[in-house]
Amino acid sequence: MAVPRLLRAAAPRLYSTVVAPAPARQPRDADDRLITEPLGHPDFFNVQELFSLKDLFDARVHLGHKKGCRHRFMEPYIFGCRLGQDIIDLDQTMQHLQLALNFTAHIAYRKGIILFVSRNRQFGHLVESTAQECGEYAHTRYWQGGLLTNANVQFGPGVRLPDLLIFLSSLNNVFEPHVAIRDAAKMNIPTVGVVDTNCNPCLITYPIPGNDDSPSAVELYCKLFKMTIIRAKDKRKQKEVFYDLQSKAEGA
Amino acid sequence: MMGEDPETFTQEDIDKAIAYLFPSGLFDERARPMMKHPTEIFPEKRKIQWGEDGRPFHFLFYTGKQSYYSLMHETYGILLNAQKYQDQMTAQGFPPEKEKKNLPGSRWLTKMELEEMLLEKLSDHDYSRFIQLLQKLMMLPYGNNEEKYMQKFSKEIATQLQKVVIEPLKYDEQGVAFSTGEGQRKTARATAVVYDNGSGKITVNGVDVLHYFPVLQDREQLLFPFQFLDRIGKHDMICTVSGGGRSSQAGAIRLASAKALRSFVTEKEVEFMRQAGLLTFDPRLKERKKPGQEGARRKFTWKKR
Repeated sequence: MAVPRLLRAAAPRLYSTVVAPAPARQPRDADDRLITEPLGHPDFFNVQELFSLKDLFDARVHLGHKKGCRHRFMEPYIFGCRLGQDIIDLDQTMQHLQLALNFTAHIAYRKGIILFVSRNRQFGHLVESTAQECGEYAHTRYWQGGLLTNANVQFGPGVRLPDLLIFLSSLNNVFEPHVAIRDAAKMNIPTVGVVDTNCNPCLITYPIPGNDDSPSAVELYCKLFKMTIIRAKDKRKQKEVFYDLQSKAEGA
Repeated sequence: MMGEDPETFTQEDIDKAIAYLFPSGLFDERARPMMKHPTEIFPEKRKIQWGEDGRPFHFLFYTGKQSYYSLMHETYGILLNAQKYQDQMTAQGFPPEKEKKNLPGSRWLTKMELEEMLLEKLSDHDYSRFIQLLQKLMMLPYGNNEEKYMQKFSKEIATQLQKVVIEPLKYDEQGVAFSTGEGQRKTARATAVVYDNGSGKITVNGVDVLHYFPVLQDREQLLFPFQFLDRIGKHDMICTVSGGGRSSQAGAIRLASAKALRSFVTEKEVEFMRQAGLLTFDPRLKERKKPGQEGARRKFTWKKR
């Protein structure tokens, strides 16, 4: 079995210590095809068409906090500083947003549990309504310490943890990083988060540098996440029906 | 079977039958055999919150307190709608209504009642936040439109107005008006019947007042209500009294006659009587003796050595 070993050695190293798996063998099962088909395309759900640079600019996503509030690790994402206020680089935001939305869509396609987290009291109701409309879950309230790390004791044995955490605001009410970022990293749960100029983007898997304080910006994010999730779920239903019919045709 | 009708077999009959058929010598009532509906034995508990695939049913499941937070979410949504409606009306030029309908006959649910409603434990802080939100909704000009929603969280208090009903005059065979009253003082109990068109004759336990109460002070007490209303020679009184001593019997008859006189007199004079203290029951009773003391208050003689 020399060939697979050579392929494995040539595979690129990711951020984790586990080596990347060998390229997928031909999917035999219909379920296998259902899950692996989207992985072949870079943008299977076409999330790019959902937003444009102009939309981001109109929603004031580029506006950051004053330069005194700037976090050291956000410096790569900042375009510049105008009259003391930091401006976020929207080109980078576009790339990050595309990656994040694509990832969310894949999670939703595979029927994962998505949890919206935001401790900003101005938008709590909006975030909860968005989650309700998508059919996913939200947590905009006081975070109890053991929610993720002690879930079996708090909720009951056999509880299923969220497969993705989306932060509409990654700080809590005392301007410290939200506890859920660290807990999700501990429990190996990927995170998507909107990071403002005063936030720490370190432990978030898919950060989206952007404004998290303006109503227009947050409404835009909610709209985008809702559309991607609904799109991904519809695509899943379509594909299930498609493969179902195909297997019936093959069987008959 | 057993000659009983299954249609009219109540829970009590079931309990008796089970006690007969399965006699048990166990001391604890709850340990003995019983046959009741499962919901009576096992209290209502939370069922499993997620489906077969593991996805929870409620969208706020991961907060821990899903019913409470969904209630807050709903109430806040209603508040936002009310504010939006108010803004629309102001924009169209209709000023907001300033009537405040604070009905004193209703109260918000208590914390226990809310916990029962939500089947969830609440903290005091949570409960107070919810009540504040409801009050904020009520304070809004157009908040009263959501009365139906708010009624779910309010209860009516039965207003307890204890108006003392003054009985009307009764008439005996000769057409003379009379009225009765009851009174007590210490351990004495008295009933008095006051007749109209009288000459000031007073009979106590079948005996004339001069014989029954030789002391002047007691007779003064009896006459006080009549003297206050300037009706000394106008009424007859027949009373019965038992218990107590000389002074307390006099006080009991005084209260009874004052209560009887209320029917003969206007409301204003009744108020005057009340302010004079004629209609108040005297609550003073003999205080008990305490151990380590000689009497109720008197201590034993203190000896320095």
